[in-house]
This record gives sequence, C-alpha cells and structure tokens, in this order.
Amino acid sequence: MAAHLKKRVYEEFTKVVQQQEEITTKKLRLTKPSKSAALHIDLCKATSPADALQYLLQFARKPVEAESVEGVVRILLEHYYKENDPSVRLKIASLLGLLSKTAGFSPDCIMDDAINILQNEKSHQVLAQLLDTLLAIGTKLSENQAIQMRLVDVACKHLTDTSHGVRNKCLQLLGNLGSLEKSGTKDAEGLAIRDVQKIIGDYFSDQDPRVRTAAIKAMLQLHERGLKLHQTIYNQACKLLSDDYEQVRSAAVQLIWVVSQLYPESIVPIPSSNEEIRLVDDAFGKICHMVSDGSWVVRVQAAKLLGSMEQVSSHFLEQTLDKKLMSDLRRKRTAHERAKELYSSGEFSSGRKWGDDAPKEEVDTGAVNLIQSGACGAFVHGLEDEMYEVRIAAVEALCMLAQSSSSFAEKCLDFLVDMFNDEIEEVRLQSIHTMRKISNNITLREDQLDTILGVLEDSSRDIREALHELLCCANVSTKEGIHLALVELLKNLTKYPTDRDSIWKCLKFLGSRHPTLVLPLVPELLSTHPFFDTAEPDMDDPAYIAVLVLIFNAAKSCPTMPALFSDHTFRHYAYLRDSLSHLVPALRLSGRKLVSSAVSPNITPHEDPSHQFLQQSLERVYSLQHLDPQGTQELLEFTIRDLQRLGELQSELAGVADFSAAYLRCQLLLIKALQEKLWNVAAPLYLKQSDLASAAAKQIMEETYKMEFMYSGVENKQVVIIHHMRLQAKALQLIVTARTTRGVDLLFGMCEKFLQEVDFFQRCFIADLPHLQDSFVDKLLDLMPRLITSKPAEVVKILQTMLRQSTFLHLPLPEQIHKASATIIEPAGESDNPLRFTSGLVVALDVDATLEHVQDPQSTVKVQVLYPDGQAQMIHPKPADFRNPGPGRHRLITQVYLSHTAWTEPCQVEVRLLLAYNSNSRIPKSPWMEGGEISAQAETSIEGTIPFSKPVKVYIMPKPTRR
Amino acid sequence: MPEIRVTPLGAGQDVGRSCILVSIGGKNVMLDCGMHMGYNDDRRFPDFSYITRNGRLTDFLDCVIISHFHLDHCGALPYFSEMVGYDGPIYMTHPTQAICPILLEDYRKIAVDKKGEANFFTSQMIKDCMKKVVAVRLHQTVQVDEELQIKAYYAGHVLGAAMFQIKVGSESVVYTGDYNMTPDRHLGAAWIDKCRPNLLITESTYATTIRDSKRCRERDFLKKVHETVERGGKVLIPVFALGRAQELCILLETFWERMNLKAPIYFSTGLTEKANHYYKLFITWTNQKIRKTFVQRNMFEFKHIKAFDRAFADNPGPMVVFATPGMLHAGQSLQIFRKWAGNEKNMVIMPGYCVQGTVGHKILSGQRKLEMEGRQVLEIRMQVEYIQGLLPDAKKPRLLHGTLIMKDSNFRLVSSEQALKELGLAEHQLRFTCRVHLHDSRKEQETAARVYSHLKSLLKDHCVQHLPDGSVTVESILIQAAAHSEDPGTKVLLVSWTYQDEELGSYLTSLLKKGLPPAPSGGS
Repeated sequence: MAAHLKKRVYEEFTKVVQQQEEITTKKLRLTKPSKSAALHIDLCKATSPADALQYLLQFARKPVEAESVEGVVRILLEHYYKENDPSVRLKIASLLGLLSKTAGFSPDCIMDDAINILQNEKSHQVLAQLLDTLLAIGTKLSENQAIQMRLVDVACKHLTDTSHGVRNKCLQLLGNLGSLEKSGTKDAEGLAIRDVQKIIGDYFSDQDPRVRTAAIKAMLQLHERGLKLHQTIYNQACKLLSDDYEQVRSAAVQLIWVVSQLYPESIVPIPSSNEEIRLVDDAFGKICHMVSDGSWVVRVQAAKLLGSMEQVSSHFLEQTLDKKLMSDLRRKRTAHERAKELYSSGEFSSGRKWGDDAPKEEVDTGAVNLIQSGACGAFVHGLEDEMYEVRIAAVEALCMLAQSSSSFAEKCLDFLVDMFNDEIEEVRLQSIHTMRKISNNITLREDQLDTILGVLEDSSRDIREALHELLCCANVSTKEGIHLALVELLKNLTKYPTDRDSIWKCLKFLGSRHPTLVLPLVPELLSTHPFFDTAEPDMDDPAYIAVLVLIFNAAKSCPTMPALFSDHTFRHYAYLRDSLSHLVPALRLSGRKLVSSAVSPNITPHEDPSHQFLQQSLERVYSLQHLDPQGTQELLEFTIRDLQRLGELQSELAGVADFSAAYLRCQLLLIKALQEKLWNVAAPLYLKQSDLASAAAKQIMEETYKMEFMYSGVENKQVVIIHHMRLQAKALQLIVTARTTRGVDLLFGMCEKFLQEVDFFQRCFIADLPHLQDSFVDKLLDLMPRLITSKPAEVVKILQTMLRQSTFLHLPLPEQIHKASATIIEPAGESDNPLRFTSGLVVALDVDATLEHVQDPQSTVKVQVLYPDGQAQMIHPKPADFRNPGPGRHRLITQVYLSHTAWTEPCQVEVRLLLAYNSNSRIPKSPWMEGGEISAQAETSIEGTIPFSKPVKVYIMPKPTRR
Repeated sequence: MPEIRVTPLGAGQDVGRSCILVSIGGKNVMLDCGMHMGYNDDRRFPDFSYITRNGRLTDFLDCVIISHFHLDHCGALPYFSEMVGYDGPIYMTHPTQAICPILLEDYRKIAVDKKGEANFFTSQMIKDCMKKVVAVRLHQTVQVDEELQIKAYYAGHVLGAAMFQIKVGSESVVYTGDYNMTPDRHLGAAWIDKCRPNLLITESTYATTIRDSKRCRERDFLKKVHETVERGGKVLIPVFALGRAQELCILLETFWERMNLKAPIYFSTGLTEKANHYYKLFITWTNQKIRKTFVQRNMFEFKHIKAFDRAFADNPGPMVVFATPGMLHAGQSLQIFRKWAGNEKNMVIMPGYCVQGTVGHKILSGQRKLEMEGRQVLEIRMQVEYIQGLLPDAKKPRLLHGTLIMKDSNFRLVSSEQALKELGLAEHQLRFTCRVHLHDSRKEQETAARVYSHLKSLLKDHCVQHLPDGSVTVESILIQAAAHSEDPGTKVLLVSWTYQDEELGSYLTSLLKKGLPPAPSGGS
C-alpha cells in the first residue's frame, strides 16, 4: 500500500523534488506498517552499498514507533544476511542496537538472531558493533538472569579475538552484565557461572592499552553495579600505575581509589621490607605519587581523588605538605640518629613512622628511592603544577581534607595563602573560597593575615568580595590583627568605593566575632581623648560608618564598651540603627532613651508577633467565607494592604507575605469580575463592559505565573492551588469570550482547549485532588462526562454557575519561601554621557546584577533591552556568566550587545532582567522524545517572562556611518 | 652490546663550559659547546684538540646539538666551527637559533672591544657559524643520517631550551641540558615521554637542594617592591638582559595589573628589547597562562613597562627600573645606583649571584660605604635586598651533593662516593696543567732546586716540599722540570693543580712566568 501511495505522490509532485519527500514521509507515518515497508523498498532499490548506507542513515534520523520496531528489525536482519559490504552491516548492527532501546519494545526476540549473526561474522568492526548491540539488549533485559548469563558467555568466547575493538566491547559487556552474586542459582543448562572479576582481571595485562583501559573500566562498572571487588585486584591495579599509557594510568588510579575505600583497614606489606601498613595509607601514597605523573590528565584525576580519602592516617596526610624526604641525602647518611631526632621533633620523613618497628639494620643510602617517595610533597607539587586544572583540583582536595582534619587545616594554611598569589584568577578565587570553608578550624596568625589582606587591592571584584566573605568568618588572634584588617579594609574602600556594602558587612561579622579584641581599640578608632572633646566625624563618610559598624557589632556582646562612646557616637548609633538596620544591631544602652524596640533575637519565628499577625489575618480571610460580597471585598483589600506593609517591615517574612497577598489579590480580582453586571444582561449589549472582566482574567493569569515561578521554596501543595486559580481564570476568560464574540468556531476551539487543560490538571495533580473538596475543579470533574458531550454554549453556562458557587481554597503556607529579586548594579543609569557607536555595528554593555532566590538562573534569567522605538530584545546570558557566591544568591556579570540604526540624537534604552518560565515543563515527557533534538528545543522554549528587576536606563547614541 | 662512551670536555665537575662528547653505535655526537665565564685564558673554551688529535672535526663528529642559548652552553660555538673548523650540522631549536647570535655578538663585543682581546672570533664568524645551524621543532624526529636520529623535548629553563634524545638503532641517550621541573611565570615545566634511554645525562647542580615554595619567594619580592613604591621610593633591579629578566617583568606586570598600581616601570633598552621581541614571537614555548591569553593580549606586550631613558632617573616620585648589567659592575645599572643610593626610601634588589669584587657583591656583604673611582666615597642609605632562590640561575661553583643513578630501572639519589663504588669506577681528578718555559742551561734537578728555593722564599705560609724524585710540591700543586726536546738551553716547567686549588695554581703560574731570580753567587 505504501508503495502505491508513494507512486501516486511521485506522479503528483514530479517537479518539486524537495517538497515531495516531505509529504511522503508525512503520509507514510500515518499508516502503521509503512515504516518497515518503506525501508524495505529503499534497501531493495539500493544498487550499491553506498546507496544502502545512505538510506539507512536517512532512516536513522527519524523516530520509529514502538509498534513498528519489530517489523523494522526483521527487515534489517534480512538485509544483514544478504549484505556483503561490512560498512552496511555495521550500520545495520548499530541500528539494531538503537532500536532495541526503544521504550515499549522487548528485544528478547532479536537476541537469538543477533547472537547467531555474531557467530558467522568475520569483520572485527561489525563484531564489535554487534557486541555493542547485545550490550544494549542486555541492559534492557537486566532482570532476565538466563539471558544475562548467555550474553556473558558470548562475550567470554570473543575475548580471545585479535582485534582490540572486539575485546574492548566484550569487557564492556562483562562489566555491565556480569552476574553480581558468585553463588547465584546454578543454571540447569549447565552454563557455569563465571567469575567475572577473574576474567576481567586477566585482561589487565593485555598487550593493547585500550583493552587494558577497558578492563579497568569494566571493573569499575562492576563496582558501580554493587559488586564487591576482591582485594587481590589492588596489587594488579598498582602495577598498572606505571603503565606507559595515560588512559590506563588514569583508570588505574580510579580503581585503586575504589579498592582503598572498600578495604581501608586491610594490611598490606611494603615491598622490600618486612613492614605492613593500612591499605588506605598505601593507596594514598600511591595516588599521591601520581600527582607528579607525566600526563596532566592523570595528575588532575589523582589530585581530585586525594580529596575524598578521609580515612587516611594523619601522619601520611601531613607528609603531603613536606618535601623533605625527596632531597635530604645528608640526613640519610647518618640515618639512624637523625631519624630519632626527627621522630622526637615530630617531623616525618618516610612512609613509615621511624622508631616503632623500623628495621634495625643500617639504612642503606641507596635504599632511598625517589620513585616510591609516596605521599611526600604531593600537594606541594600539585599546587605548583604547570596546568591550572591540576592546581584547582589540588586546592579542592586540600579543602576537603582540611575540613575533616583540623590539624591538617592548620598545616595547609600557609600553602593556601601562597595560592592567593597564583597567576590565574580562577585558582586564586578557588583558594580563597577554600580558605573560607575551613576557616572554622583555624586561627590566622598576624603574618598570614597580612598576606591575605594584601589581596584586598586586587582589581578583580570577585576576588575582593570572596576575600570579604573570608574575613567574615575568619578567626583573628590579636588586636593588632583586627586593627590591621580594619586599616586594609578602609584602604580597599578608598581605592574601590563600590565595595562599600561588602566591606560593611565584613566588618559587621569581624566585630561580632571578636568583641574582646575590638574593646581595647575603641578609643583609638573613635579618636576620643580622655580630656578633650574631639571633632565630630562626618556621618556620611563611608569609612567612618565602617568603623562604627565594627564597634557597634562588637559592643553587642561587650556591655562595657558603650561607656567609652562619646555623645555624638550615641547619636550616630541611633541614626545608623535606623538607616542601616541590617548592619547595626540593637544595643542595650542603660540610661539612654535611645533603646530601640527591636525584637530580641531569642524569640523563635513562631512566637514572633509579626508572624502571628500574618497567620491571624490570613485565617480571618479564610474563615469568613460567607460574608456578603461587599464585606469580603473590603476584608480582602485590607488584608492585602496589611500583608504588603508587613512584608516591607519584616524582611524575613517578606516572601510569605507577598506570596499570600498575591493569592488574595487573585481572589479579589475573581470576585470583582464575577460581580460585573454583564453577566445578567444579554451578551451582545455589553461588548465593551467585558473589558474589566477580561482584564481581571489576564491579571490573575499573570499573578499565578508569578506565584509559581518567582518564589523559591514553593511546594507541590501550593502549585496545585496556583494551578487551580489559573484554571478558574481560564474559565473566566472562556465565559467572557463566549459572551462577547459571535460565531461558534472560535468558541469551539477554546472550549476544547479548556477541557484539555482540565484533563491535564487532573492528570498532573491526581494525588492532590482529595484536598480540593468543594472547589471549582472538584465540581468540574464531577460534570466532566456531561461537559465533553455538550455544546460550547452549554459548557459556558455550566462553567459560569460553577465559578460562582465554588469556594475559596485555603492556601497552605510553605515553610521557607523567598521571592526572587534582582538588582542591576551596573549600568548604574546615571551617566549623562551617551554611549556612542556607529550604527550597524555593535557596542558591548557590561551588565552586573545580583540575583536572590532564583532557582536555576542559568536557564531562566534573561536580559531584556527595550529600545525607544518599542523594539525589544531578549538576550540569553551564557551559563558561565553566572556565579554563585553563596546559597540562594547569584551574580550575573555579562555583556549585552546593543545595536541600532542611526539616531539623530542620543536616547535612552531600558535594560531589565526577566525570569523566563515554561509551565509545560511539568508535563511528563513522551518516551519518544528522549535524547532527541526535539525535546532539547522543547525544554528551552519559553512560555512567558516575568520582569523582576527595576529597569535601568542607558543613554546611547548610534551615529551614522561616516563615508 | 655496542658501548656508549661519554667524554665530558667540560661541565664534568664544575659549572659552566658544558661540552660532552658521546659515542653511541659508532656515531659521535657533541652535546653543547659552551664557554666558561670564570676563565679568560685557554680554559675558557673546551679543549677541542682532544677530540681528534690532528684530523678534521667534520670527519669525526656526526652532529652537534645545542640545548639552549646560555653562553655556557653555546659560547664556544663560533670558535669551534670557524676557528677550529667544523662544517657538519648544528642542531638547535628555533628560539635558540634566533637568540643565540645576539648573545654571542654581545659576548664578542665585551671581550674584544672592552677587554681588547685579540685572536677572538669575529662577527662574520658568528654569522657563518649560524649558517650551519639546522633548526628543529619540539617532538620532531630528525634523521641526521640513516642511523642517527634526534628528537627534542621541552625543558623549561629559558625560552627555547630543549632536552634531546639521541638514538642509534636500539641504543639511546637522553641529554637534558638545563631544565626546570617547576613552571615559572613565563615558562612551563619540562616534559619527556617514557623513552627508556640506555643512558641519561642530566644536569644535577641543584639535585639535592630543596627549594622554598615558589610562590613564597615571588610574594616576598612583590611585597618588597610594592611597599617601597607605596612609600614613594624608587626600586632598582639590576638584571642580565635575558631569561630571568623576562620572568621578573611578567611578574611585576601582572602584579601591577592585578593591584591597579600606577607607578611606572622601566626597562633599560638595547639587548632586552631585541630579546623581548623574540619572546613575543615564540609564544608556543611559554607557559599555559601566556599561551592561552595571548589571543586577547600578548603578555610580553607590556602595558606598564616602558623603555628607560637616562633622564628618567631624576624624575620625582616612585618608579621601578630594570637595568643591566646584573652585578652592578658597570653601565646603566651602576649609574642609576649611584644616583639613588643616598636616599633611604629607595631600594635595590639583587636578583642573582654577584661575583666577588663587583659593587653588587660589596653591598650584599653589608658594606655601607663604597669607594668609587676618583676617590669619591659613596654612602649607601638605600635598602639592599637579595632574593635568594627566586632566580636559581646564579651559576656559582658548588660542590656536588649527590648523584642520580639508574639502577634496576629505578632512580636513586646517592652520594657521589657511593655512586662510584656501586659502579666500580675510580674517581676522576680534574687537574689543570700548564707549561712554563725557562731559559736555564743547567740540569733539570738543579732547575727544580732553584724553583724550590725561590718558591720557598716567597710562599711563607704554604708548605713547599722538594720530593726525592726531583719534583716540587706546593700544597697539592705539583711542579716538574724537564729539558726541552729541541733546545737544551730551555727547560720546561710542568705545573699541575687540581680544580679546587685554582687560585693558588694560577698565582704560581704567573709567578713562574716572570722567571727565576738570577742564580745565587755560586754560579759561573
């Protein structure tokens, strides 16, 4: 039939070649067996292998439905048998593998065929591909033990193949399918259960490096699948560390790491001595050694893995920071006495502890082996590596190890401080972050602090801000240290005034952490004099504010400090407490009337009166269901106003308050819309009156999108309610349209769409439906069978009554909810000098913004540029433009390219940030879309955007081109 | 198994004058052809006559390989190829090929124009010599002839430095030259693949030294400079034109950039400008950072570092000046030093080793008053700093600490005595010998006796002995007298001393060259 169809199509579109193909495929897809049939025809038509390959390639581009897979597979197999050209067979084999992955298709039927053709195949490449196909089949049928065994058997048979590709695939198959339990059920057919580990292990010494790599990878795969690897593998893997090929070494390092995590406490002998050490220590030494490998890929790998070896003994750990063994020949010459000294002084010089059970004979000078120096200086080397990738990995590893061992943290401090001077900014930044993470474990000495503070002059804002964060949680030991920090921070402030907020915040924490150290500095800092009054400093000076922030925060836990303040200090306190309340804490100032009435911090949020107020006002709204319409409206209006004000006052409640207010506003709009008079009058007369109702519907939709996507911490319970509200808005829209438009066509479509939405709602939130008693949707679903069969006009009528009858749903408050917000720091929008550029060319505008509580900003945050002519541009920033300085906070630093035709005079463009959303992302994806290009597009598609920052105006001037 | 023979013509036990002859599988290769900075006599260059007593060098040597452009590795090249005579191929990397002639020319100028030496190679000879050079790329296998092949690997150290693998059949030798395993601000780390050589010839001057953390040293240097500049002082950094000077420039340049500093940095012009040009050119030979960022900006296109003009030294305000030469013994750096020495706000940072007798050495050893020419006394109030270790380039003679030997295909670090014992070799004593001709018609024994009495009277502090076999010893220095084969009226005094006694040895030689005092009255 398909052939017939195709023929007809050919006749009709003989001239337009391009179009013809498109249409044929479209039509063919409608008929079921067509897929395989078309393929069959194509393959039969193919005159040469190249042709056939082309057809297969084309075929592979289009999806195949689960039902037709079987047919297609049969045809492919048939051709396989006939085909002489290995490249075509290869393609067929790969197609078989792809097809067997199709969801809903059980590939056990093609397994026999696949194994069959495998036995007769001569080409190594095709063999490898067939094994790959078998792997796909085996993975699909992972429950079936017998099949797995059979496949493993096949793989074992081909392990002796001469081609590395085939052996590779066999090992891969073994790794993925090899049975996990050794004492599994004995198979009746006599298939002996093979010891997969042993088989794979034998290939560790294969002559081909690729096969060796594959063997190690297979072993790792077994581990990942939950098989406990034997300890004997350890020694085999250790030998592979000195392999000639980097990929083998890289995989071997991984394997050693895995084994060391499995058997950390086992004891292994040290070669060429009668001592023994823990396996994890030995492995640590070996991996440390790989940090000075010849290949940087291996070095990165090794440095990364070191970080996760937390069980290692502390003296091995500390050796990584000490290079002494490598070099100290002189010490070795009188090894014994020297060693004792070393031991007593607490230094370590070799892989073993000197003294306890060290060999008693003279230490041979020749025995100091450079190659097996083990852990010595691993980090010293890693941190000085040529490639910054290795250095970053080493810093990260250092961070992880230091977090688990405070003594190590103390020791590695100097090395981290050194890294602040790296030539690559990324490394510097990473080491500052690392230092921050371990700063709880350490106290900074003055000289270290001095070095750290030197970095405050760095011209990179990221570095400076990271350093401020570090100082926030650093422990300083002396008052001179505090003074030094303050002086350097003030220097920083004069050099880079934009750092103001960050510096104030830093000083806030510095003060509150070190009250006793600040106390002796107070007279000097405030420049008070025991006898004379000094001049009152300028209150607007950021440096003076910085000093006050430090002092006030220290004074909070140091009650004697306020006695040292002079009069104007108290006045300034009152002013700052008001204007910068997030930086200046409440102080208990005895005998002063300035005591502020702020809440004391020990009240938990639930006892907090403002929280109570929030709860009460919301409950009042929900309980007063049956108030007269007028009263309800008023109550809602008042509550919304209250909530908004509350949100402004209490920053920690802002999220909840705004969220609730938005919901109430939706309800208010809905109620207002339903009270319009238009409902009582015959439709045609009130065409214009409907404006308000449709505007309300639109606004509710907008609000619901904001509620769903602009808040972080929204849970499923709330999403249901929000979607419910949106459904109501859609119903309202439908009703309004029905009343205001004539003609049925449009209405018909809308109705259908609405019913689909309801259906979708039901599917998505089926679990939550019981919570929606008496609601709009509840009633709607009851009447669903009737609605589907009735005409649009009737549907509208039913909807209208239901909308009026439905109750107001209670919105449960989420635990933690925060509204997404963004502030554009740059451009500041104050410049009077227009940005001039030649029209037709582009100008880059630096945009710097902070984002708070935005989930997944890489895909959602966009920059919008609005030109005066109304033209709007949306720019997608690169994922790398987002930095994550702290939980819930992001920073966008990007460049936006502007361009326009020539203007006669400069004008302003608006720049703002948008939050893109796509409500369809909740739809479960259809299986066919998986991995395809289509789904990738669907995911990135944007349904709508919400502006969430204040627009900033930028003055630009595109000049006409000069000729 | 065919044997591999290694003959060091220099650099065996002392530093400088690298020149190693390797015979492998019937092929003869000369590795490096350097000069010795410490000598101004014939010992300056390797003794090429040793290679072939009388034959032509071209017939004997299959190729010459130069590892990098430092003069102690290439300084004798024009002498070797043009004056001694060699026409075979000379292999070196492209950057070495570019920079080497500049340095040779500079060296020639100092030797001929300033010191007035005759019988030195000429500019034309340098040019002719460079025509025999074949440039190689990294990892390029060069087939010298059917059997001999060489391959270059990156060595760090200076721009264009390379390690070479020399292979004949299944035998191979790896020669490292000078190399760096830690990357610095402008160069990467040495790298070689697992080539399993039969013999490894490696530099081991600092084999047993533990370096401080590189960043520590850098930070120290930067801090010193930064503090002085912030105080409003001037910083003088005397440097040699090539190599480490560029590293310091990069270091300061990036620091200025990072810290947003405004004080000017100057670099004295001349040789350096030429060299900087080559650094800009050979960007693939630099380190990761410079290689990755040169698309945006070539790091050697200095933004903050400008060419120095003599008049700038009197400008007010802070500045940093790099000036040549590095030991403050002459030239621009000394001029600037004299101008700035009186102000305690200023600072001079000596980045390398200074030879005894130079101003640099004097101020480093703590002298605060210097006598300049014309009986002027210069009082030094400026701060004097020395960054030891930042530049481990200073080629000061030092004793060998250890020897790296390959045993059971493992490297081991052992003491030199131990190494010799294990290898079953006798220690080689490096001795210098010198012939002094004396007009003396008497017998050899009498001449020896005269020498003995003469020396005895002059050298009161030393132990002078007359041995029964007729020879005279002063400490460990041996003097023998022999009759000249042609002219019986002339006696030849053979003076021989060990490498360690160089000072006394050369003193004795000069003493003997002046001739003996007239014979005591008993004669004729």
